Amino acid sequence: MVNNIKARLVRDVFFKSAICLFAFISLLPLFLILYYITKNGIAVINWDFLTSLPRPIGETGGGVFNAIVGTLILIVLSSVLSIPCGIAAGIYLAENKTGRLSNSIRLSVIVLQGTPSIVIGIIAYLWIVGPLKSFSALSGGIALAIMMLPVIVKTTEETLKLVPYHLKEASLALGVPYYRTLLKVVLPSGMSGILTGILLSVARITGETAPLLFTAFGNQFMNINIFKPIDSLPYRIFYYAMSPYPEWHSFAWGASFVLVVLTLSLNLIARGISAKWKIQF
Amino acid sequence: MENTVLTVEGFSACFGDQKILHNVDLTVQKNVVAALMGPSGCGKTTLIRCINRMHELIPGASVSGKMSLLNEDIYAMQPIILRRKVGMVFQKPNPFPTMSIYENVVAGYKLNGIKMPKSEMDGIVEQSLRKAALWNEVKDTLHRKGTFLSGGQQQRLCIARALAMNPEIILFDEPTSALDPKSTAQIEELFVELKKSVTMLLVTHNIGQAARVSDFTAFIYLGKLIEFGPTEKMFTVPKDKLTEEYLTGKFG
Repeated sequence: MVNNIKARLVRDVFFKSAICLFAFISLLPLFLILYYITKNGIAVINWDFLTSLPRPIGETGGGVFNAIVGTLILIVLSSVLSIPCGIAAGIYLAENKTGRLSNSIRLSVIVLQGTPSIVIGIIAYLWIVGPLKSFSALSGGIALAIMMLPVIVKTTEETLKLVPYHLKEASLALGVPYYRTLLKVVLPSGMSGILTGILLSVARITGETAPLLFTAFGNQFMNINIFKPIDSLPYRIFYYAMSPYPEWHSFAWGASFVLVVLTLSLNLIARGISAKWKIQF
Repeated sequence: MENTVLTVEGFSACFGDQKILHNVDLTVQKNVVAALMGPSGCGKTTLIRCINRMHELIPGASVSGKMSLLNEDIYAMQPIILRRKVGMVFQKPNPFPTMSIYENVVAGYKLNGIKMPKSEMDGIVEQSLRKAALWNEVKDTLHRKGTFLSGGQQQRLCIARALAMNPEIILFDEPTSALDPKSTAQIEELFVELKKSVTMLLVTHNIGQAARVSDFTAFIYLGKLIEFGPTEKMFTVPKDKLTEEYLTGKFG
């Protein structure tokens, strides 16, 4: 018996250390990526890099100002397009748990989530770039909005499902019409979850390159017209990294650093919101 | 009759094919507490949920028969108008977690978009909280979230929320079954105070509670109204054998 217990304790220790080891291994890539990007990128980060435009081949210097502005414009465009649709679809799903329409929306959301981003880029190219006969920020925004949509729909649905039915009952029993109950009781109760979902989906599309290649295309000049090609951070990284010039390579690292800081802070804000605004039912 | 608040005539309710209530007749006078008692699943909750038409929100639910509030046919009224005249307090305290105590009390006005001067609103809040015997405990923390209160306080907040709308009748769906004995006693005391100003219908599976607080008691069993009459009479000389067996604890 005593031997048996010893063997169990040994197995216990072995199992615990195995878990720790694998957890460590899975964290390793993240820290290595952050380390390399910071190490190579931080050197080129200065005011000039952040506020100047890319320069032509042969000139030294240049920066990513247009790419930062472009990325922000793309985020705003895709958010404006996807947030209302996504939240509305999420509300519909949470309110209608069964039914043919709900099931088909749920299936489409899953399929959409699994669609490769390059395919979404090509679709946006066929739908928007073709008819408008020009690459444009608008088409990029639409492609990114399609990518954001499933995340927003899913998180809205999941959060609203957690809002207890008795709150809805309380509101309805006060004679509050159904639509006002949804807008004033159910939605505010799930707000932190929905906001978190939106920020996470924004963080996800901020780094997307593939759908932008066929749509927003990239632009080495400053552009704020949504019907013209526009630059973005991922595209700028791609462009700088593909060049044969060492200085541009370091610019690619710098732009990567900016991008990583942007997505990381979006994720941290999302965590903060979900922790702070969380409502206890 | 002048004093009748609620009349129910030949009322039946179903979920799909399953009949929950059979041919119920009931009359409730003004300013009384009427208790509905019976074993679990006998249909007493369904009956009060038919009065404010919450029953019909469940898919597959249907009703037949007549119900009227102050001689107005309940099933001919707009549900949202009806529900402002019929307050409801649920089994589990359910203050709105996004709102402060103050906002919870006037939630019926705020959520319905009814505007009024702040002084008038302050008055409603104080009056309702006083009636619900909660004012002294929360008057300094009116702008804190309602969910910080204890279970019993939350339930009295919900009562204040129902009272704020000045309803003709308030429906209580086992309001004390989620509360500790002390909070239960507080709420039972409240009923006696409240019936001066409002009519109350109380669903309970606690025979003692029905005896303590109600003026009239209805005994419902398997969806049928077995007996309805003054509480004192029913508890001393029940007319029906089933009632007697239930009251003496032979079943239920």
